[in-house]
Amino acid sequence: MTTMSSAEPTRRDFLYIATGAVAAVGAAAAAWPLINQMNPDASTVAAGAPVEVDLAPIAEGQVIKVFWRSKPIFIMHRTKKEIEEARRVDPATLPDPQPDQARVKEGYDQWLVLIGICTHLGCIPLAHQGEYDGFFCPCHGSQYDTSGRIRRGPAPTNLAIPPYQFVSDTKIRIGAA
Amino acid sequence: MSAHSTYQPRSPFMKWLEARLPIAGLIHSSFVAYPTPRNLNYWWTFGGILSFMLAVQIVTGIVLVMHYTPHADLAFSSVEQIMRDVNYGWLLRYLHSNGASMFFIAVYVHIFRGLYYGSYKAPREVLWILGVIIYLLMMATGFLGYTLPWGQMSFWGATVITNFFSAIPGVGESIVTWLWGGYAVGNPTLQRFFSLHYLLPFVIAGVVVLHIWALHVVGQNNPTGVEPKSSQDTVPFTPYATAKDAFMLVVFCIVYAWFVFYVPNYLGHADNYIEANPGVTPSHIVPEWYYLPFYAILRAIPNKLLGVIALFASILILAFLPWLDTSRVRSAAYRPLYRQFFWVFVAVCLGLGWLGSKPAEGGYVIAARILTAWYFIHFLIIMPLLGLIEKPKPLPNSISEAVLGKSGGAHPSFAAATAASEKRS
Repeated sequence: MTTMSSAEPTRRDFLYIATGAVAAVGAAAAAWPLINQMNPDASTVAAGAPVEVDLAPIAEGQVIKVFWRSKPIFIMHRTKKEIEEARRVDPATLPDPQPDQARVKEGYDQWLVLIGICTHLGCIPLAHQGEYDGFFCPCHGSQYDTSGRIRRGPAPTNLAIPPYQFVSDTKIRIGAA
Repeated sequence: MSAHSTYQPRSPFMKWLEARLPIAGLIHSSFVAYPTPRNLNYWWTFGGILSFMLAVQIVTGIVLVMHYTPHADLAFSSVEQIMRDVNYGWLLRYLHSNGASMFFIAVYVHIFRGLYYGSYKAPREVLWILGVIIYLLMMATGFLGYTLPWGQMSFWGATVITNFFSAIPGVGESIVTWLWGGYAVGNPTLQRFFSLHYLLPFVIAGVVVLHIWALHVVGQNNPTGVEPKSSQDTVPFTPYATAKDAFMLVVFCIVYAWFVFYVPNYLGHADNYIEANPGVTPSHIVPEWYYLPFYAILRAIPNKLLGVIALFASILILAFLPWLDTSRVRSAAYRPLYRQFFWVFVAVCLGLGWLGSKPAEGGYVIAARILTAWYFIHFLIIMPLLGLIEKPKPLPNSISEAVLGKSGGAHPSFAAATAASEKRS
């Protein structure tokens, strides 16, 4: 063995590498259940099924809050003035450029549906507050407009839109696009 | 480091044990005969105080767990039950919650002591880095524990802190869902935080053992920063250091008891006596006082990812301090310029702490930005530069010269102490 040149792989080198490789795969396979158990469990996923919301009782100018997947969902019945405010601004000038039309369903301009979680660090913004008449996050001062778009403050992106669809003119299903 | 006396077991049982497990000898050489610099001042007593606080937190914590229920529907009322129904439950909970604050007071004194006297400099780099790791573990443990009462601040603090990870590009959202075990902070989050809050103190205890091990390899620093050169420069740990540590511990416990018995909620937030409500964020979210400087740094930066990076960098930069400080002199007592910048740095940290408790608007944000910039300038520019331009004062030849030279000869009581210590060793 001692005369063997190190450049020439031996049977023993092969066995070392093969054993090490099997041990590494085994360790990874054993670690995976320990890591993956922390993801949402079956009951949490099942409870995250779509929810239906009746829009008829929401008056113009009113914002209601419903929960879907433990997240607060804002449903805002916007006034004409609020829609105009959101559309008057040039999207290109915004921190996260997006036209108001892309944030509502076509033909339902008055209905703004948002995940009510500040995109900065997860606080719930307050509706009808702030300088842009939209939402204001009390935690770190992010300001959103009447389209839920970030206008000022540390939040990097616009308030997220959950997947939803209109099942009738006065009813939406949140969680199903 | 020559004063090591070897342990001589006297009883037959101790002789029998020592031949099989020399634990009594280890304790004797570590905590009895261990030579400590004779000039240690009271700032050196906080290591012992920290060990005591860790023990207090573990003991009160284990007892609280006997009465606490880690479930989103029951946690809040189980804490109230501890306060109202459990015998001495109010005392145990206040000892534990105020104990966390006292633990952090002690660790901040301990860290600033190290900064002032250059305790991080060679050969104590590993000792210092282990300390930074302990501090990080303490911050994690404190955060996890604050979630457990499941009040409004618990819930929203957990939401904001876990959302730090959502700043990571690409995988951020998946990591946060994984941390929560759901689509938001909820019962799975509470249960895993409880498990980890129970685990981490024992991890801290393990790293503390490494910290003390490293300390006993390189020896303690001292106010002159000059290494002990002869047995003249040291005294045995017992009784000298143990007595000094014990005295300061009693003083410290008086302050601790004042908080526990007279103002137990002074350092907490009234909002945390409102049960967690996932639908309403408190109007003014603040972390516990010991995180405020870092919170101010986070909010000072108007970009989410950069703010989170700055927050973590402000802690991790401490680990690089042994190499950022270029001075060959350890102690600020002999560094006229560094001594001034040290106090400026203390003021900056206190200022950031105050700003962290204020709303993030107007002048507060501007002030926080200036102080955040200074925080990093201190480490990245001032520390490397000072070592090159500063003219240190002449160092004493030895610790005993520094101590005895002051009064122009051997101080009577000190000479007696030294004589006594030499007789012992």
